[in-house]
Amino acid sequence: MSLASILVPVPGRSDAPRQVVTPPPAMTKDAPRTAKMVIESLTAYYGSHAVLRNVSLPVVERTVTAVIGPSGCGKSTMVRCLNRMHEIIPGTSVSGRVLLDGLDVYGRHLDPIELRRRVGMVFQKPNPFPTMSVRDNVLAGWSLTGTKPPNADDVVENALRRAALWDEVKDRLKAPGGSLSGGQAQRLCIARALAVQPDVLLMDEPCSALDPIATARIEELIHELASTVTIVIVTHNMQQAARVSEFTAFLYMGDLVEFGDTAGIFTRPSDPRTEDYITGRFG
Amino acid sequence: MDALEAVRLRPVSPRLGRRRFADRVFRAAVFGAVIVVLMPLAAILGTIVVRGAPALNWDFLTSLPKPVGETGGGVGHAILGTLILALGGLLMAVPVGVPAGVFLASDRMPRLAGAIRMCADVLAGVPSIVVGMFAYTLLVLPFKQFSALAGAFALSVIMLPTIARTTEEVVRLVPSTLTEAALALGAPRWRVMLKVVLPSAGKGVAAGIIAAFSRGAGETAPLMFTAFGSQFLSFSPLQPIAALPLVLFNYAVSPYDDWHAQAWAAALVLAALVLAGNVIARFATARRSS
Repeated sequence: MSLASILVPVPGRSDAPRQVVTPPPAMTKDAPRTAKMVIESLTAYYGSHAVLRNVSLPVVERTVTAVIGPSGCGKSTMVRCLNRMHEIIPGTSVSGRVLLDGLDVYGRHLDPIELRRRVGMVFQKPNPFPTMSVRDNVLAGWSLTGTKPPNADDVVENALRRAALWDEVKDRLKAPGGSLSGGQAQRLCIARALAVQPDVLLMDEPCSALDPIATARIEELIHELASTVTIVIVTHNMQQAARVSEFTAFLYMGDLVEFGDTAGIFTRPSDPRTEDYITGRFG
Repeated sequence: MDALEAVRLRPVSPRLGRRRFADRVFRAAVFGAVIVVLMPLAAILGTIVVRGAPALNWDFLTSLPKPVGETGGGVGHAILGTLILALGGLLMAVPVGVPAGVFLASDRMPRLAGAIRMCADVLAGVPSIVVGMFAYTLLVLPFKQFSALAGAFALSVIMLPTIARTTEEVVRLVPSTLTEAALALGAPRWRVMLKVVLPSAGKGVAAGIIAAFSRGAGETAPLMFTAFGSQFLSFSPLQPIAALPLVLFNYAVSPYDDWHAQAWAAALVLAALVLAGNVIARFATARRSS
C-alpha cells in the first residue's frame, strides 16, 4: 500500500480541505480513514546528538501502529515526542512538526498539559502512584490537572472496565496502588490513562516487564481499545508487533527505514535492513 | 576418580595459612575500632543514667524550680520551654527548608542550586554560638528584650540546612518513573511535586524534620543570649523562656550539690529527648529504604 492512501490533513491549516485518496482494499474496513497524528521531518536531540533523524509518518486514527527496531534506535524517543515528554529531560530539543488533528503540538495552540490529556501514555514499567488508592490512581489524570470528572464513580468503573481490570479490583478500590500484581498494575496504568478520555494512547514497551500471561491480556486489551482509541505501541518483540498492529514503523539508528501495513512489512519488507531485523539477523 | 574427588584432593595452597591469619588480624582491628568508637557513647550514657537517675522522679519532670536551700523542685518549665523553642524553630525552618530541598532535587537552574547547596553546607558548619549572635543582633537588640521568639529563630537557622539537605536526598530517591507518569497525565510540575513526589518521600522528609528537631533541642549556645532562660513557666513568645540545655548549664556551674544532682537528671532527660528523636528518624528512614 502507499502512504498517500491515508487522508493526511494539510499541514498547519486545520480548516483546510483534506487530501482524499481512495483507500486500497486492505483498508476499507472502516473506510475512509484519517491520520490522527502526522509526524513531519521530526528530528530529536539529546544535547547536540540527534537520536532521531528526519522521521515522517502518519498515525492512522483508531488503529494500532507498532514502532519496532533494535535497542537505542529512537523508538521511545519518537513516541515521547508525540506528547512532548521528550522535552522534560534537560538538554533535549526537537525540530520538525507533529500534528494532532492538524494542529502542531509544538505550536502555540496547544500547551503540553492539554496535549498530554489528549495523548495518554503507558510506560515500560508499571508505575501506579504508591501513595494513592486504586481508585485515586484511576482519577489521577483529573486530580493532578486540577479538574473534577463529571461523575467520579462512573469514570472509575468505566476506565477499569475498559482496561479489563474492574472485576479484579472492584472490591478493593481503596487498596493502595502498589498492592496489585505487575500485570494488574500495568492495566491500572492503562485505566489511569484512559480515564481522561484521550484520543491517542502511547504505549512504550508496555509488556516488557510482564510475564507471558499478563502480556497476552494486555495484547487482547490493545485489540479491544483500538476500536475507540488510536494506539502507538513501541515494542522490541516482533511477534507482538505482528499480533497487535495494523501498521508498523521500523526504526534503525535514528532513521525511519520503513513504514507500512504490518502484514506487508513482515512478509515483503522492501529494505534489506528491515528483512535482516525481522528475520533476527541483528538487534 | 570423579570430578568431585579431584576438587577435594587438590593440594591446599601454601599461602592459605597466611591469608587466614591476615583475615583474622583485620577482623580484630575492625572490631577493635568499633569498640573504641562506641566506648565514649556508652560511657556518656552510662554516667548520665547512673548520676541522673537518682534525682529523676515525676515531681522533677513536672514542677518548677525551688529556691536554693529548699529540697525538691524540677525542670518542668525547661522541658516545656525546650519543646516550645524547638517546635517554634521548626515552624520557621520547615516552610523554607522543605521547598528549598525540593528545589535542590529538581535539577533545575543548576548554578543557583549549586550556590544554595553550598550555602546550606556552610550554614551547617557555622558555630552555633555565631548563630546565637546573629539572632541576638537581629531580634534581641532592637527590642531590648530576650525572647522565646529570638531563641526559636536561632534554632531555626541551625535546623534549616538539615531539613533542606535531607529533603533533597529523599526527594531524589523517588523514582523518576512516578514523576514521568504524573507529567504524562498532563500535571503541571508544581502539582507533581505536591501530590506525587512529596507524599512518596513523606516519611523521609518527616525523618529529616525529626532529626532537625532533636538537633535544635540539644543546642545551648544559640539560646544563651536569645531565649536566655527563665525560672518560670512561660508561654509568651516575647518573654525569655527556659530550656533544658540552659538549666543544665546553669545548674552544673552552680556551687550547690542539690543543683548538681538536678543537672545530671536534666542531662538524662535531654539526652533521652534527643536520642528518641534520632531513633525515630532512623527508624522512619530505614523503613523507607527497605
